Amino acid sequence: MNPKIFASIAVVITGLVLLYGVSDFPTFGDPRSPANSGVEGGAPSTSLYYINESYSATKVPNLVTSVLADYRSYDTMFETVVVFAAGMAIFAILRCVGKDDGAVVAPQRKSSIDGDHNRIIVGMTCRLAVPVVQIFALYVIAHGHYSPGGGFQGGVMLGASFILIALAGNLEDALSRLSERSYMALAALGILIYAGFGVLPQVLGKNFLDYGALQKILLTDGPEMARSHSMLGVEIGVALTVMSIMFAIFANLSSRGTLKGGL
Amino acid sequence: MILSFDIIILIFLIVAAVISLNVKDLLSSAMIYGIYGFLICLLWAEMGAVDVAFTEATVGAGVSTVLFIATILNTRRKSSD
Repeated sequence: MNPKIFASIAVVITGLVLLYGVSDFPTFGDPRSPANSGVEGGAPSTSLYYINESYSATKVPNLVTSVLADYRSYDTMFETVVVFAAGMAIFAILRCVGKDDGAVVAPQRKSSIDGDHNRIIVGMTCRLAVPVVQIFALYVIAHGHYSPGGGFQGGVMLGASFILIALAGNLEDALSRLSERSYMALAALGILIYAGFGVLPQVLGKNFLDYGALQKILLTDGPEMARSHSMLGVEIGVALTVMSIMFAIFANLSSRGTLKGGL
Repeated sequence: MILSFDIIILIFLIVAAVISLNVKDLLSSAMIYGIYGFLICLLWAEMGAVDVAFTEATVGAGVSTVLFIATILNTRRKSSD
């Protein structure tokens, strides 16, 4: 029998089970759902707590950022570690240092955007677009307190700007701007920055990632502004790791681990 | 939430998902998967989850499509089944 029929039956059954599960969900914006109404006789509504308290506790207007980087910062730290581990796994599988991949020779297209007059339009467009992308990425990272955005999105955009260089020219163009040694160092540095913001309050006698303790180091008035500033530091750490890992994954995937040639 | 807008996006979403599963050429499959990502991003932005929509636009539609294409260009292009 055709294996496609078995696959279709499995997909249909899974879909039906999922649809059955969805029918139990509260409707969109239901005021009596557990997230909006809280536990009966127990804690009050979680959503209401964050909506009412998070601004006075952290001085960050964007609720998502304050929940992601302060209330749930332990979670976000290990999300960053997961991204780092994924990058390391791809590096370990694909990267062949000094080993000859005999089966396939990477196509040696010498089409650098630096000093190749045959590719002057692509090169100039790339040269004009990359700084704009990078400045917008820095804005997204730094402005994550007030508008949508933050470390993950800004980091992916920074990584995408280097991927754009590698796509427009070849991989050596991008690697001459962000070498393998430096992106590996930046990926580890990002996690160290994040973990450092966790360990520093411990040194001062508070809990792990309790940013309010940093007000003496950051010289802010009150623990609320210390939380706000620490969140920016944490987002910068996330952005460094995500940027480096995104570029590392692309560089290793597109060149079969040799880091030579273009696509 | 605008219901008619939702329904239009959802119809396009299903069409994009089915086409990207059925098309034989892996490169076009990856591109249509990118379209699928942008449609989901649009749906989330329309529901008010702007942060998630932003992440989907950068990661799901942007970088992962590029990674798919980087992988596909290093493999054979036609699917055999």
